[in-house]
Amino acid sequence: MLGVIRNKSIRHTLSNFRQFSSSAKQMTVRDALNSALDEEMSADPKVFLMGEEVGEYQGAYKISKGLLEKYGPERVRDTPITEAGFTGIGVGAAYYGLKPVVEFMTFNFSMQAIDHIINSAAKSNYMSAGQISVPIVFRGPNGAAAGVGAQHSHCYAAWYGSCPGLKVLAPYSSEDARGLLKAAIRDPDPVVFLENELLYGESFPVSAEVLDSSFCLPIGKAKIEREGKDVTITAFSKMVGFALKAAEILEKEGISAEVINLRSIRPLDRSTINTSVRKTNRLVTVEEGFPQHGVGAEICTSVIEESFGYLDAPVERIAGADVPMPYAANLERLAVPQVEDIVRAAKRACHRSVPLAAAA
Amino acid sequence: MSFTATKFSHSLLAVPVNSSSPRSNDKPLSFSSDLFKHNPSSSFLGSTQKLLRFNAINKPFLHRRSSSPSAVLLQQTSNLLITKEEGLVLYEDMVLGRSFEDKCAEMYYRGKMFGFVHLYNGQEAVSTGFIKYLRQEDCIVSTYRDHVHALSKGVPSRAVMSELFGKATGCCRGQGGSMHMFSKEHNVLGGFAFIGEGIPVATGAAFSMKYKREVLNQADSDNVTLAFFGDGTCNNGQFFECLNMAALWKLPIVFVVENNLWAIGMSHIRATSDPQIWKKGPAFGMPGVHVDGMDVLKVREVAKEAIDRARRGEGPTLVECETYRFRGHSLADPDELRNPAEKEHYAGRDPITALKKYLFENKLATEQELKTIDKKIDEILEDAVEFAEKSPQPPRSQLLENVFADPKGFGIGPDGRYRCEDPKFTEGTAHV
Repeated sequence: MLGVIRNKSIRHTLSNFRQFSSSAKQMTVRDALNSALDEEMSADPKVFLMGEEVGEYQGAYKISKGLLEKYGPERVRDTPITEAGFTGIGVGAAYYGLKPVVEFMTFNFSMQAIDHIINSAAKSNYMSAGQISVPIVFRGPNGAAAGVGAQHSHCYAAWYGSCPGLKVLAPYSSEDARGLLKAAIRDPDPVVFLENELLYGESFPVSAEVLDSSFCLPIGKAKIEREGKDVTITAFSKMVGFALKAAEILEKEGISAEVINLRSIRPLDRSTINTSVRKTNRLVTVEEGFPQHGVGAEICTSVIEESFGYLDAPVERIAGADVPMPYAANLERLAVPQVEDIVRAAKRACHRSVPLAAAA
Repeated sequence: MSFTATKFSHSLLAVPVNSSSPRSNDKPLSFSSDLFKHNPSSSFLGSTQKLLRFNAINKPFLHRRSSSPSAVLLQQTSNLLITKEEGLVLYEDMVLGRSFEDKCAEMYYRGKMFGFVHLYNGQEAVSTGFIKYLRQEDCIVSTYRDHVHALSKGVPSRAVMSELFGKATGCCRGQGGSMHMFSKEHNVLGGFAFIGEGIPVATGAAFSMKYKREVLNQADSDNVTLAFFGDGTCNNGQFFECLNMAALWKLPIVFVVENNLWAIGMSHIRATSDPQIWKKGPAFGMPGVHVDGMDVLKVREVAKEAIDRARRGEGPTLVECETYRFRGHSLADPDELRNPAEKEHYAGRDPITALKKYLFENKLATEQELKTIDKKIDEILEDAVEFAEKSPQPPRSQLLENVFADPKGFGIGPDGRYRCEDPKFTEGTAHV
């Protein structure tokens, strides 16, 4: 965790230095989300933001900073601490034609509202045979942060990803955050938008195209962050950063890894994943959440079903430890995949001999 | 129990009467304060006989309403709560509801209907009393006991019956079923299976109506939402959360509690610390009213006050309707726990019989007219059943339809294009 912070500050100073020589702007994920919300709210008066501390507190993680002054308390609603109630209110408003963006302080709190996300949002278009569509976005930080304990560190990608009627997105970079949030707000279906608290402060280069107010990324298409030919590594959210670092380490050892940023958990871009595996013949899936019934399980099965003949090695699945998140810093480090785990798994897939367990 | 009406009237007294409302001269305050003066110890108005006597006081109030010439001619009818036309509409709606539910039971035992079916027999006064006062643009949200709410709101019997049979011509194309009646045209926002689930959704619809008026500046957005739910729901967290937010933001919603004293086999008294549900309204800053839910006229009077209040922008109301379901919780419920004496007592207060008596006594309708209505309803239902039986089941290709409004949610196919662009995508097996 400390390593991540150090990296960020180094990158920041380097980019400051680089800004004089390159035209690519740097933007934090936080600013990307804020600007996406701002632009969508100004473009469509039916879009409104609702959640705990989104208004006067400027957002629990400052994502909605400045929006209250700009749009007023009618459109940036501070709610009481009633997830089930206000999520249901958001769904009801979406039934009737508005476009709510419901913020959960963390997705762990969405469990108090999961009845409305699944039963009244996801299933309604189907149950009403297309009469009632629900153009709502549920967003908030998902997954492990730093030292927040078991009840604040659960990853919900697999939970929501298994439900038909929902679209589930997991951005990584600022470009992803901007493009996918804009696409989610414009989408006429319920979208679960899983952000990551530790990524909020990270900066990424953004091109002028990304900064344009009509920039949208397609939902359901993954991005190949780094091309390679020896092993495919799939990841989403924070793990993409880890996978990229692992790919650099592997490069030095002569393994060229292809890193896929899933971007969209549901619908899963099986086409891109399978095309990549058919090229590299090896697969490593990485996720932060629990292993059983996880996103990686689904990807592995999809690859086995569709590209079995192309596999040269068993599929490798890296996930968080099968325990509630511990609090102690060293145990927490063990419970979440680290760069070394990804490197080891990739080497195993490439039939190199590696030690099986991580050193504490 | 007289202070139930007092609570309602107190909040009315505190509210300035809006002069733009067509009823501004109708003295709703005198209605309630007269009640307070002349019936200090009575509970909710008692029988229809008392209703007639009490209404003699309110001549100016009622003159506005009796617009049809036949009502004005007779001295007696100008004291009544309804005109002949209104009475016949109410009667027809309640008979439709009752006969429809009986027909459902018949079809269920014949194997044409399946799954969970929750019937509304006995509670028709609540549905008719409230929903018949609404406009088409107003919304209702209900529970799994939603057939009659949908019918009262205007969804055709054919559509509801087909939906129950699971046919493609149902109001939700067979994809919703008994517990999930949706109709965009008639603004029926569902049928929810989980109790308490519809309340936040209704609150959200009310929220969006207010938002449209205030933020989007659509001045004519003064529609009202009704949320129907039962006594068991009033112990659920979502109920309280929504009472709080509706009162906090003054949303145009009426919370209608159909207190039929039983949640499957759990008696309301056994489940609730304070069984008087109307009291929960004032705790959150909104009026709480108790009304006799077996009397459609009383329900209608309360409905008018509450709905007009919401429409004027004065905020929500909690209305507790004391009612009873004559059948079990669902058709699978053997209904053994309820005392037969209790059932008999309420059977004697059948809302349809009560309305019939009122119409006869006040010479608003003849026996023949009511029989004509009965026959008409029978024919409508026969036609509905026949239509449903003849309708086709949904085709296989319908399985994957309507999951998303934008079907790109099915992702990218092996050819790299969106699956929904493939013309064959909804056919074949569910291997998507």
